[in-house]
Amino acid sequence: MSDDAVTPEDVRHVASLARVDLEDDEIEQFTGQFADILEYFETLDEVPAVDQDAELTNVMEPDEVRDSLDSESALENAPETEDGYFKGPNVS
Amino acid sequence: MSENIFITDETIAGDDDGPLAGKTVAVKDNISTEGVRTTCGSKMLEEYVPPYDATVVSRLKDAGATIVGKTNMDEFGMGTTTETSFFGSTDNPAAPGHVPGGSSGGSAAAVAADEADLALGSDTGGSIRCPAAFCGVVGIKPTYGLVSRYGLVAYGNSLEQIGPFGSSVEEAASLLDVIAGPDERDATTREPPGGAENDTDGKSYASAADGDVDGLTIGVPTELLEGADEGVVETFWDAIEDLEAQGATYEEVSLPSVEHAVEAYYVIAMSEASSNLARFDGVRYGHAAGEKGENDNWNEAFSQARKEGFGDEVKRRILLGTYALSAGYHDKYYKKAQDARAWVKQDFDEALSEADVLASPTMPVPPFELGESLEDPLTMYLADANTVPVNLANLPAISVPAGETDGLPVGVQLVGPAFGEREIIRAGSALE
Repeated sequence: MSDDAVTPEDVRHVASLARVDLEDDEIEQFTGQFADILEYFETLDEVPAVDQDAELTNVMEPDEVRDSLDSESALENAPETEDGYFKGPNVS
Repeated sequence: MSENIFITDETIAGDDDGPLAGKTVAVKDNISTEGVRTTCGSKMLEEYVPPYDATVVSRLKDAGATIVGKTNMDEFGMGTTTETSFFGSTDNPAAPGHVPGGSSGGSAAAVAADEADLALGSDTGGSIRCPAAFCGVVGIKPTYGLVSRYGLVAYGNSLEQIGPFGSSVEEAASLLDVIAGPDERDATTREPPGGAENDTDGKSYASAADGDVDGLTIGVPTELLEGADEGVVETFWDAIEDLEAQGATYEEVSLPSVEHAVEAYYVIAMSEASSNLARFDGVRYGHAAGEKGENDNWNEAFSQARKEGFGDEVKRRILLGTYALSAGYHDKYYKKAQDARAWVKQDFDEALSEADVLASPTMPVPPFELGESLEDPLTMYLADANTVPVNLANLPAISVPAGETDGLPVGVQLVGPAFGEREIIRAGSALE
């Protein structure tokens, strides 16, 4: 999509990757907006390669058993539960 | 409450004693409060009640503060006006009919309208500094790693920090004193490194608000004045003259990398958002698909829940982020954005080796009128030109009221070296 205009098909494809269902009018609106925004992002081509000497240190800690959220609290916000588990939709 | 400042009005009492005893604090609605709903300004989390407190909320309670409510915000922090909130827009108490800025618009408005003494916001690309500037209050975006993000609902986690609002620099700094410091639940937090400039041993941030700028050197990045509103620029130079009169000196500096900061910021923030917001599928928490077909599979149910739960701007950013990370485009967008981020960091480090602080207008424009700006997302993104470079460089910055243009508030942004909060607090307090 970088060299061509963004097509509605492109938007549909990305929406399916992101698991967001869109209405036809949203697809039409996003198609135009994405073309403008991605064209603007293209100017990143002018950025030189930069040495990235990140000063990172790993933060390690010993494995220790400690209290965490109990399952009752963890399930409190779930729309559906069954036998102390989250209940999700069918996998296929 | 005609301004629509709070999404949830609820008083949460703190301890009897502590440095914030007797103070009221408004908390942005993306910061988890145990037993009090935390919506992120989204339909997706309209009924979500966190089972635990964010670290900053525990620290507020321990410090004796009284939380007075959860404030309105752009949905998941994605916006510059607080208008993308599912709960409606917030009016600007300092400039009625105008937006309060965003995304922490409710928090800034709460302090401006005297609904709270202090407030907490979060800043991913300017979301504390922009509303502080638009509402005529003080806001601080701390150095990345100074304040714990545990319990902050993540949007762009390599960029964001929780920070304070106050009606004066000293007040805001006193809230920073309470929330700053390492947290074992956020591995990106750290003790501020030692060294003369950053030595905070036994010294509070609030005590740095002494207004002493004699001998302070200020760098003014010319790129951050280009294209700014004339009245804003005039107000900005008045503030610099004010600092000069108190013994500071300034020189213009150049940061060529910031020309690419907005696109780098949006590529990185959207990419992180697409990953962070993948958790909202309506199974463990959040909005579940209302129109459920009997034979819907996993993917269809998730897609439907996310269609119903997210607003336009959130969908836009998730999709663009997914695109920037997708096969064939990762190197072109995400990797180049990381290059630009390293370049911005380098530029700021160099400029701050010459000057003590860098100064610019916080926002290149005065507050938009309510409803003025929702139609064109790209124009909105460009308004963040002066704030996003600071997040890319992980640095601390403060926005301090500098006056008005045509009756609308203007803020000055002061940027310091990493963990140089005391320096920007001192410089900012000289503008009061």
